[in-house]
Amino acid sequence: MTEASLIGLLEATVSFGALLYLAALGEMITEKAGILNLGVEGMMAIGAVTGFVVALQTGNPWVALVAAIAAGALIGLLHGLFTVVLGAEQVVSGLSLAILGIGLAAYMGRGSVGQPAGAELVPVDWGPLSDIPWAGPVLFQQSPLVYMAVLAGIAAWFVLGRTRLGLAVRAAGESAPTTDAAGHSVAGLRLGAVATGGALAGASGAYLTLSITPQWTEGVVAGRGWIAVALVIFGAWRSGRVALGALLFGLTLALKTRLQTFGVDFSPILLSMLPYLLTVGVLVAISIRSRNRPSPAPAALGIAYRREER
Amino acid sequence: MRRSLFGLLAVVLGLSLVAASCGSDDDSSTKAAFIYVGPVGDAGWTYAHDQGRLAAAAETGVETAFVETVPEGTADFGNYARDFIEQGFNLIIGTSFGYMDDMEALAEEFPDVVFDHVSGYKANGTNFGNTFGRMYEPRYLSGMVAGSATSSDLIGYVAAFPIPEVIRGINAFTLGVREVNPDAQVEVVWTSTWFDPVVEGDSAQAMLDKGADVIAMHQDSTAAGEKAEAAGARWVAYNSDMSAHAPAAHLTAPVWNWGPRYTEIIGQATDGTYEGGYYWGSMADGVVDLAPIAADVDAAVKAAVAERKQQIIDGSFHPFQGPINAQDGSVYVAAGDVLDDGTMLSMDVFVEGVIGSLG
Repeated sequence: MTEASLIGLLEATVSFGALLYLAALGEMITEKAGILNLGVEGMMAIGAVTGFVVALQTGNPWVALVAAIAAGALIGLLHGLFTVVLGAEQVVSGLSLAILGIGLAAYMGRGSVGQPAGAELVPVDWGPLSDIPWAGPVLFQQSPLVYMAVLAGIAAWFVLGRTRLGLAVRAAGESAPTTDAAGHSVAGLRLGAVATGGALAGASGAYLTLSITPQWTEGVVAGRGWIAVALVIFGAWRSGRVALGALLFGLTLALKTRLQTFGVDFSPILLSMLPYLLTVGVLVAISIRSRNRPSPAPAALGIAYRREER
Repeated sequence: MRRSLFGLLAVVLGLSLVAASCGSDDDSSTKAAFIYVGPVGDAGWTYAHDQGRLAAAAETGVETAFVETVPEGTADFGNYARDFIEQGFNLIIGTSFGYMDDMEALAEEFPDVVFDHVSGYKANGTNFGNTFGRMYEPRYLSGMVAGSATSSDLIGYVAAFPIPEVIRGINAFTLGVREVNPDAQVEVVWTSTWFDPVVEGDSAQAMLDKGADVIAMHQDSTAAGEKAEAAGARWVAYNSDMSAHAPAAHLTAPVWNWGPRYTEIIGQATDGTYEGGYYWGSMADGVVDLAPIAADVDAAVKAAVAERKQQIIDGSFHPFQGPINAQDGSVYVAAGDVLDDGTMLSMDVFVEGVIGSLG
């Protein structure tokens, strides 16, 4: 294995890690408020197609990114409408959103399939930092979305753990009646969390079509939204651990075909299974551990709240 | 509107009943329906088929229709095919490998409808036939261009699955590369996907990181070319001329040209001479070809490629003519021998010069 190959592997690990982290962080925030949204795959598809189409029309990648984030938040709010406002079953609504998002994205992108990109988010130039051997290419020549993912992670850690708003969000996910009794709007908190989750999934989708592979095609998300859902469990609903998990899962994505170029004969199909196998392992570990201590999952996750209904 | 649709349907049904009861095969109103696996705008596989449909429609004047993005392995193919047949379409062309068994069953159920399947290996000798192209011919030529373009003598080949069609392409490409550049090697990266731009692009990136300066591919997206473009490397595309996606990187591409074949099928379906056999079209037939070579490629290279192309077309040269060594150095094709179609269709060894395993 050459030095350039190893640097390339680490560069791809960070890049794919950030892709997964953006979506997983959004899902984590959503789940912290007590809403399970299995529609990440669909929200990413909407973000991906919106980013690409707006880039085609405006030629401005930043406008495209903002549009993708807004579209993700909007489609996330659709899940909020069903689960928070109407109290629908969250698993069903989330799965429907995944299918709807993929289909809607295919419809929205019909005219854009196979077209060269209108604009791309080019890697950030950090000046001298970008020229450092190893660290330069791996950390300081990445797409702006990678640094956004880092900032979003720090912000989530701070807001959820260190502010009153974060406390209220977490309370809504642990016990909605208590939160309500404390004078917070459970619906408002949950809708806000779902919209934030959708926005981050939209950003993750736009990362695909504005940076990683600047083109639109149906199925460009290719199951990575599901990996993000698994990642939340793997990271035990903690932004730092989810970040580590994102890097680990990002490594498996980067290794998927690279392993062959390193002369290792290992099936890429088995490697694609690795994130899910690791998540199943963590689920087993959690259930063994939670015999003695509480599960790290938010206690009210998946439970609809209506006042005066017990 | 609704009533007139029913009226039309009744007329169509009535006419087809009359046609069927007369036992007449020379129904001159052939209507050809195409069922595609991808979107017609994909710049690749499905795009090439739709260009073929348009060319054949213009040539023959028959009515054509298509439905895109029909997944394999679901009931969708059968449903669309039945819809078309109910609407009076009597020629169904399916362009993905996974449609094969559905088409075989439908051909039995609808003996008056012609079914032509692209890329499979089944036919029934009457109304269900098979069409494919000798893509290894232009692949060989594209290898000559790539072999002349590389200076690192390492070419990356991003490939979908280790099936004979793909292996044949890699081997033909490598033989072309090594005709002009005996030191060059072609390293294969399997993606295990036909269409996942992220994986395809990253696989190309892995080869670029390793020092490859030309990327070839057997995939349906343009992602590999975009990575080559960004790295200042060169790219041999596939399916159709993809130069718009990576104008600086694009060297050439082995391409499909389905128009002549579709025109032929429509003609046979119309005059009742369709036989449901196996068709493996060549550059001489016009089904496969090489896209224009990039302007900055040396004129001597272009001349050599043009000469080989002419020899392949007139039969005086065959990409798989001996002597050819296998990857392990053993004799694969002895001097004076040429691989027969059966061996080529079940190819399961790499030739010398290929780096990589067969999965």
